[in-house]
Amino acid sequence: MNSKISFRDVVKTFPLKDATFTALGGVSLDIADQEFVTVVGPSGCGKSTLMSMAAGLQEPDSGSVLVDGTPVSGPGPDRGVIFQQYALFPWLTVRQNVEFGLKLASVPAEERRRRTEQAIGLVGLSDFADALPKTLSGGMKQRCAIARAYAVDPQVLLMDEPFGALDALTRVQLQDQLLQTWSQDKRTVLFITHDVDEAVYLASRVVVMAARPGRVHRVVDVELPYPRTEEIRLSPEFRRIRNEVWTSVYHQEAPAQAA
Amino acid sequence: MAVITPPEKTAAGQRQQQPRRSRRRPLVLNAVALAAGVALWAVVAALGLVENLPTPTAVAQKAGTMIADGTLVSDTFASLRRVLLGYALGVVVAVPVGFLMGWYPTVRALVEPYIQFFRTIPPLAMIPLAVVLLGIGEVPKIAVIFLASFMACVVSSFQGVIDVDKTLINAARVLGASDRIIFAKVVIPASTPFILVGMRIGLGASWATVVAAELIGAQEGLGYRMQKASTWFEMDTIFVSLITIGVLGLVMDRLLLLAERRLTGWQERR
Repeated sequence: MNSKISFRDVVKTFPLKDATFTALGGVSLDIADQEFVTVVGPSGCGKSTLMSMAAGLQEPDSGSVLVDGTPVSGPGPDRGVIFQQYALFPWLTVRQNVEFGLKLASVPAEERRRRTEQAIGLVGLSDFADALPKTLSGGMKQRCAIARAYAVDPQVLLMDEPFGALDALTRVQLQDQLLQTWSQDKRTVLFITHDVDEAVYLASRVVVMAARPGRVHRVVDVELPYPRTEEIRLSPEFRRIRNEVWTSVYHQEAPAQAA
Repeated sequence: MAVITPPEKTAAGQRQQQPRRSRRRPLVLNAVALAAGVALWAVVAALGLVENLPTPTAVAQKAGTMIADGTLVSDTFASLRRVLLGYALGVVVAVPVGFLMGWYPTVRALVEPYIQFFRTIPPLAMIPLAVVLLGIGEVPKIAVIFLASFMACVVSSFQGVIDVDKTLINAARVLGASDRIIFAKVVIPASTPFILVGMRIGLGASWATVVAAELIGAQEGLGYRMQKASTWFEMDTIFVSLITIGVLGLVMDRLLLLAERRLTGWQERR
């Protein structure tokens, strides 16, 4: 498999007061180019750490994280990251937030403006381009953050529970919007979530993780066609896969003691 | 002295800009309270309830003569000059020092013991030392005011850097920002609310210090004028000086508040 992102025997520990916490105990995972992979698991299974390492914000203790076959060394605009807490710069307007990465990349003014407007339009925030984040709802803030990531045109999108803080209705809308954009530009997406429905609805492959030590518990292929629709969401096949994932998340065997 | 509200950070986005109409009401109430206060003062003074308390009219008359003979203007100018010089120097030095302390743990470890030590000493207590070391000219007065504003500002700008939301730094980093860019484009704007609070506290401390500093060996200034007036029992002069200090402090605080509103209006407030 020609993998876009690959984790090879990744180990990451954090020192605790009188022990070490094994966030990831030897995780291997390959994500193909243009694939949409979601990761679910109980808290403490290291799913956010996994994403953080792909983003280059954290380094593995041992093992390696490769993007396009090259070891990750620090963050870069080839990998867009969306955080759960939106992480918009509150002193900048929607437009200025979206422009931020383009300015860093020294994109010429005219092209910068074009790409900014395009990204803002894509997430439906054109009417709010000059608004400050404090005047936006949670869903709009996250759309702005998504536009900011799209603007620099990354090949990989790393999303860390991006819709976790949103109400159910907004969440579904943003899921559909995300899939629609993905179906057009086919970026590789690594999407962390704790919502089983979300994981199954979005992904072509769901990675179920287990905690203590953090590891890949199961990988479930979602053999549902794209585009995903409400019909699919309500289909028996969706429910079957959802139940399968649910069971493997919530009824994992007791954690290994020898962590 | 105006109440200083700390910068607020809230997750939930609640817009709370009050409608214009209700914003005028407190102003009316302020004026009413002020008038009532002066009226009470007039009554107390007229009835002679407090010995040697001058009447508002006597104080106003005295202010008139002090303005006419130029003493009030020259005193105000002298005090204002000291405050502005010491205060501005304090802010200008404190902000970069605070930034460096927040950004580089080494700088923090080197500087912090001194800051923590001198912070426990009230600037006023430094006056005798300043006089011995620096004489009785302008330098010791400005030095003490400098110290007062520096101490107030350095801690808040340091705190501002420390408190910058780590996800904002990460967000900039994943968009390709270098440390230098992160400092300029994220850390500085994010810590502005803290710095402005420190600046307001520092301004209050500077005013408090100037009066005391002028008690020793000054030739002019509002504090000096009060000191001199008290030996001659000129209560009205003391009141004129006091009110002038209060008004100047209030005006400067309001100016800073205005700057704060303009610079940090992006903050989400509860």
